[in-house]
Amino acid sequence: MPAGSITVAETPLVRFLLRRADDALILGHRLSEWCGHAPMMEEDMALANMGLDLIGQARSLYTYAGEAEAQGHGEDDFAYLRDVRGYGNLLLVEQPNGDFACTMVRQLLYSAFIDPYWRALATSPDATLAAIAAKAEKESAYHVRHSAEWVIRLGDGTPESHRRAQDALDGLWAFTGEMFETDDSERHLIAAGVVPDPARFEAPWRAMVADIVAQATLRLPQGGWMQKGGRAGRHSEHLGHLLSDLQYMQRAFPGASW
Amino acid sequence: MTGAALPDTEALRSEIWRLAGAVVDPEIPVLSIADLGVLRDVRVSDGQVEVEITPTYSGCPAMNMIALEIELALDKAGIRPVKVHTVLSPAWTTDWMTEEGRQKLRAYGIAPPAKGRGRRALFGEEEVCCPQCGSTDTTEIAAFGSTSCKALWQCRACREPFDYFKCH
Repeated sequence: MPAGSITVAETPLVRFLLRRADDALILGHRLSEWCGHAPMMEEDMALANMGLDLIGQARSLYTYAGEAEAQGHGEDDFAYLRDVRGYGNLLLVEQPNGDFACTMVRQLLYSAFIDPYWRALATSPDATLAAIAAKAEKESAYHVRHSAEWVIRLGDGTPESHRRAQDALDGLWAFTGEMFETDDSERHLIAAGVVPDPARFEAPWRAMVADIVAQATLRLPQGGWMQKGGRAGRHSEHLGHLLSDLQYMQRAFPGASW
Repeated sequence: MTGAALPDTEALRSEIWRLAGAVVDPEIPVLSIADLGVLRDVRVSDGQVEVEITPTYSGCPAMNMIALEIELALDKAGIRPVKVHTVLSPAWTTDWMTEEGRQKLRAYGIAPPAKGRGRRALFGEEEVCCPQCGSTDTTEIAAFGSTSCKALWQCRACREPFDYFKCH
């Protein structure tokens, strides 16, 4: 662990909040990498807006994690002062942007899961969690619609855009199984009725993705093998590179503020 | 808090509400945070002033600015120290925007959010009136506009593009 990293006093709730926050932060950061590079002006705005939604969700979740942990850590400590092994995000969200089709397919695969998930979490007896989810689900609904429209347009577009969308779907598919996984820590919260079981979102997610993929004239990958490890801190090589960019300032100048 | 101190405290509280509520959204300077429904509560006890605000959108960068503006407005009136808290529950919705706020938005050239539409409104069932000519013959150009709360629309009757404050 690099000097200056924090040690988190993890409880099932803190771990849950950090994992969900990490998903949002890392995907938000990926979308922010598009800023100034999108294929057209409106899309540049859309990607930046979606990234902003996600980073905002991450901020709320990190702040609540800090309150739940009660060790004096705030949102910035969690974002800037944990190393790769301390991050519990899904492998899917740390995958590189690739081309525009890859970014949109990744967005659809994640958003189609998280949108109904937030909606279910909005009924949690934990009022803070419910409020964060209630706000996030309105934002994720836009993300589903936007990414679905693009996947359909690209898949049902030119041979080139179709090929790229299919490649993206095939390449990212093995990272989707992790969304529906739980471990003992999360099962504790599920049993207590605080959070929903992600496993129950798998069948509706698959049906929704299959419908969009069909409209896009794409082929749903059939492979059943799924890559896991993100929730336990075992990441692909990409996360370290992303964090070196995201955390550079705080690592080089500890405590820097403006 | 004693009963005798109550009238003074109540007067101070409503003065703070007036001053804080007049702070405007830096992104949409015609709307005050009272119009938006962002100002949630003002508490005064033992010389300590606490103001509660709620964020509109998760990533709204205006929230830090709004908190700072509240402190400045109250400081100018000699009211200090002040603590501004962000409360998340219950989650803000565009239904909390006042009728006056909606009228101000329209006059400013931004179509106000439709009331009580919820999720249905997210998926293409919106009827948005052009803030310039009032026509309902309008179309969405981009779902994501210049700020997180706005989409870009165009009127087919008068041809003017305009911002639409999204339903949340």
